[in-house]
Amino acid sequence: MNSMPYNKPVPVPDADTEPFWSACREGRLSVQCCSGCGAKRLPPERFCPKCHAAESEWRDVSGRGKVYSWIVVRHPVPGDVYAGDVPYVVALIDLAEGVRMASNIIDCDPDAVTAEMAVEVVFEAVTDDITLPKFRPS
Amino acid sequence: MWALRDKYAIVGTGYTDYSKNSGTTVLNLATEACLNAVSDAGLTPEDIDGLVSFQFNDSVPAMSVAGAMGIEAAGYAVDIAGGGNAANLVVLNAIAAIEAGLAKNVLCYRAMNGRSGFRLGGSRDMQAHGITQFTAPFGWISYPQAMAMWCRRHMVKYGTTSEQLGTLAVTFRDNAALNPRAMQRQPISMDDYLSARPIVDPFRMLDICLESDGACAVLVTSAERAKDLRHTPVYIMSGANGGGANQGDDLFDCLRWEDHSENYSAYIADDLWGGAGVGPEDVDVAEIYDCFTYSVVAQLEGLGFCLPGEGPDFIQGGRIARDGALPLNTHGGLLSEAYIHGLNHVVEAVDQLRGDAGPRQIPGAEIALTTAGAMTVGSALVLRN
Repeated sequence: MNSMPYNKPVPVPDADTEPFWSACREGRLSVQCCSGCGAKRLPPERFCPKCHAAESEWRDVSGRGKVYSWIVVRHPVPGDVYAGDVPYVVALIDLAEGVRMASNIIDCDPDAVTAEMAVEVVFEAVTDDITLPKFRPS
Repeated sequence: MWALRDKYAIVGTGYTDYSKNSGTTVLNLATEACLNAVSDAGLTPEDIDGLVSFQFNDSVPAMSVAGAMGIEAAGYAVDIAGGGNAANLVVLNAIAAIEAGLAKNVLCYRAMNGRSGFRLGGSRDMQAHGITQFTAPFGWISYPQAMAMWCRRHMVKYGTTSEQLGTLAVTFRDNAALNPRAMQRQPISMDDYLSARPIVDPFRMLDICLESDGACAVLVTSAERAKDLRHTPVYIMSGANGGGANQGDDLFDCLRWEDHSENYSAYIADDLWGGAGVGPEDVDVAEIYDCFTYSVVAQLEGLGFCLPGEGPDFIQGGRIARDGALPLNTHGGLLSEAYIHGLNHVVEAVDQLRGDAGPRQIPGAEIALTTAGAMTVGSALVLRN
């Protein structure tokens, strides 16, 4: 846990997303699966956009995936919040289980990130309640 | 499918100064642009009975503008929640209202103090709700950061380069140099583009649109009424609005989008051209939504000017210059004229089709395309004189 107060955006879990963030806090990456048609979805939402079932369950995934696209943030926005973090990488990651999510690629030179690069999840506790899933080369 | 070809027209345009600091309220900007559009059409505010705008809680309601204009009977006053994707949708909405008998003469406007007041995409909200729970905590917040992700995917898939995108920035600035409305009129070179400050790879400063204070408005009425007004009517051949599956609310709902090398435009092309009865090859001048250089490429491909992946080559060799086969963003676009969120593209198309564009006029322009949007959802119009 950081000694300084965390000053960056933190997720505010809601009825649909709470299981995701709870799992992260326990070091698990979990995705929502529709009980009706089995479709996996992230971000979570109450009704399945495919079959409209309201029931769903959560399944842990491997945390392994590949980089689909990525950016390197060099100009911080908001400036004071991210000034100490640039350059940093945000990527869309295709998880092995067929779900896409956004996260950071860490432990990697920003200029070394490539498409299809294999990555794995690492968990970073940023507050007592919130742990963010980030990714590093695997 | 569009069923109202040439039944409606744009009969007036109005705008304020575009600046970094208007020194006045958004309500005043909206009212000024709307009054200018009304008088441009040769009408008076008493003739107006509808107003449509779009905004992100950064503007003033249509009812307020009606009040400021002294309009007593605004039978239709609607505010669409949306960004650039709605900049042509407002015109379609005006037509729908007139077609339904809710109004006769409808103003469409966009007004914002987008530089001195509320700056889009600079959220300081440290509480990430809704879908932003899955974006903002990773420092993925601003519009340039969002669109850069799409651009990168196009680069990965097709080998698109920054230098290819630079042609758009350089060409649009060249056009803006001839536009008295434009905020940025100093020509730039490819070297200027390539040496501009990196903001968020793959975007440099000159890939990114301006931030502007200002307002513009267009006045829509039936073709029947348009005939008796001051200017040659600019007829709306067709319009389309929409996107693909999982379009959501555009910005960060792109998490659910399948293929980020294409955008909304691929999904409205058939309706747009089918409704107009013409195709991309018939367009004399196009004002394409350019919040970023790259978004123009995705729309040229999506609307069928070229095949997917061919856009970066298509825009080279002078094709998009004023004397080329497809002059683009003759006002300078969002990149160099101003960021009036895409409605300024419609104003420019009307200028071109009336022959009122002065030194940047495309000779003999008869058919114009305007587009609005860059990501999962958007709208477009085909116009003629």
